[in-house]
Parts: sequence; C-alpha cells; structure tokens
Amino acid sequence: MPEPLAWQIATVTGVRPESAEVKSFTLALPAWRPHRAGQHYDVRLTAEDGYQAQRSYSIGSPPSQTGEVEVTIERIPDGEVSPYFHDVLRVGDQVEVRGPIGGYFVWEPALGGPLLLVAGGSGVVPLMAMLRERSAAGDDTPTALLYSSRTLDDVIYREEIDALAVAKDGVGAFQTLTRSQPPDWTGYARRIDREMLSEVLASIGPQPLAYICGPTLLVEAAANGLVELGVPPARVRTERFGPTT
Amino acid sequence: MDDPLMLDANAVAGDLAEMFGFDVSGSVHRCTNCGNQGAVATLLAYVHGPGTVLRCCICHEIVMRWVRTPTRIYLDARGAAYMEMGLS
Repeated sequence: MPEPLAWQIATVTGVRPESAEVKSFTLALPAWRPHRAGQHYDVRLTAEDGYQAQRSYSIGSPPSQTGEVEVTIERIPDGEVSPYFHDVLRVGDQVEVRGPIGGYFVWEPALGGPLLLVAGGSGVVPLMAMLRERSAAGDDTPTALLYSSRTLDDVIYREEIDALAVAKDGVGAFQTLTRSQPPDWTGYARRIDREMLSEVLASIGPQPLAYICGPTLLVEAAANGLVELGVPPARVRTERFGPTT
Repeated sequence: MDDPLMLDANAVAGDLAEMFGFDVSGSVHRCTNCGNQGAVATLLAYVHGPGTVLRCCICHEIVMRWVRTPTRIYLDARGAAYMEMGLS
C-alpha cells in the first residue's frame, strides 16, 4: 500500500516569469517523492483566523529533477491563491503542499503513443512535464503538441516550444493564437476545431493516446472533436481547469 | 456539458486520497445509475458549492459527494455501485 499523502512545508528556491501573467516557482521539499509526468501538487494557504484556501497546480518539471518540483501558476486576478504566489511569495518563503497527486492524467514512455498533447493556456504545464520526461528518457514516441494561446505574449515556455519544433526528434509543435497574431505568424489563428485536430493527427497517425488540458470549454471541444474523428474515448484523457479568466 | 465550472475528479484526487488513504484517481468505479465503469478521474467534479460533487461522465447522475468541516468529512458514495483499487 502506498504511503498516505501528508502535508509538508516547501521552501521557494526560485521564481521565474514565463509570460505576462504566468510564473514558475521552484519548491524544495523535505519529503520529496518521485512524481509521474502530469501529476499535480495541492497547495494550501491558511489565514490568521484559520480560513483555508486550497488549489491544485500541475508540476512542470520532469521526475528526473530530484528534491524539488517546479509548479507553473497563472495569476487569476480575483483568485485566492495565485495572487499570493505572484505578488507576495519570495525566494526563501515557505508554503504548505501535498503531493504528488493523480494516477490517471499521467504519461510515461512505457504507455507508448503516438502521443497527442492538446493544451489551452496554462494547460500546457502538465503536458510540458510529459515532453520533458520524454526527452530526459531519450524516448522516440511520435508526438504532437497543439497549443492554443490568446496572443504571442501569453505563450508559456515559448523558447522551449520553438526549440521542439526545430529539434527533429519526433515532436511536432503546432500553435494557434486566438486573439491576435504578429504579422509574420505562420501558425493557426482560430480556436481549436475539428479541422485543426485532423491536420495535427495526420502528423502522428489516427489512433493516438491523447492528453487534453486547459479551460473546460476548450477541453470539451477538443475531446469531442477527437472522438468525432474516430479516436477511441478510452484513449482521450482530460484535465479541465475551469472557466477562462 | 458546457458548464465552464466543471472539472475532472483528478482535481480533487488529494481530497479523495485523504478519505481513502491513498490515491484512487486511477482506480475503477461503476456508476449505480447507468453502470458505466471507468477511472475515478473521469468523473466530472463540481467544487464551487459548499461541498464537492462528482457526477458520472455518461449519465451525469451523482456518484459521490462530500462536505468537510474543520474536523470531519461527510461522504455519500451511494452512486458508486462498486470500486476496484490496486494494493501496490
């Protein structure tokens, strides 16, 4: 029987901006345990009067990064937890966490592929953990990433994703910008739809193992689109994170 | 199925682990109402009310619901006809 999950006190050892509203936080953990790519940590804040707010944040770092995890967090303007991370928390501060959590929205090379990763906004975080795990393991599973952002400035892990596109190690990176596009933009310029999914699928084959993470309505559209295109529902795994901001 | 607040049960896997003693998000459940069988993580989670409600992704009936106070959790799991979990 696995050990029960316990809350522990993590120490912030690094803060890195990823885009205008998104930062990555490196957390050193006294009771670090190896995670599976796609898992998350729960974070709990307690006010002086005892009021608690709890949220789940996906791990972006691969399991090969030991002793610490990196969580990438989007600042939600009226949120209870993310503004604290963005505006208050500094290197050296402590925060209460438990994890790693989740035994379903996970991928490791042994699960095979072809691998289709579909992300909206900060939904790219657990999928990046999968890509980093694939790369760290020297795995060659045919993989496609389809990533939807509002504008180029909102793209998280931009340089890393651009590098994927030119690395030629079996990962295809497709991006769409739904709100505005720079003049030289060569990617898609609309919300994810069935035609777009069909074009991405053509790069890896029709029966992928699909992971979709993002705002609930994007996940619904992408999951329904894939099933309509003939992908078996049992091979489509979803992680919805609620309304868009 | 167009409720923007709806999440997957994966999001509450930590609370489930607190109740069951270990992570059950990848474990199998069967819906009492429609008989659909699948991973607990595929249930649809509604977390914005005073309690948490997990609904079947096929028939949308309630499979599990719970409320927590500072000292207790009250779980109603009558919508889960059956569960199957690994021991290692």
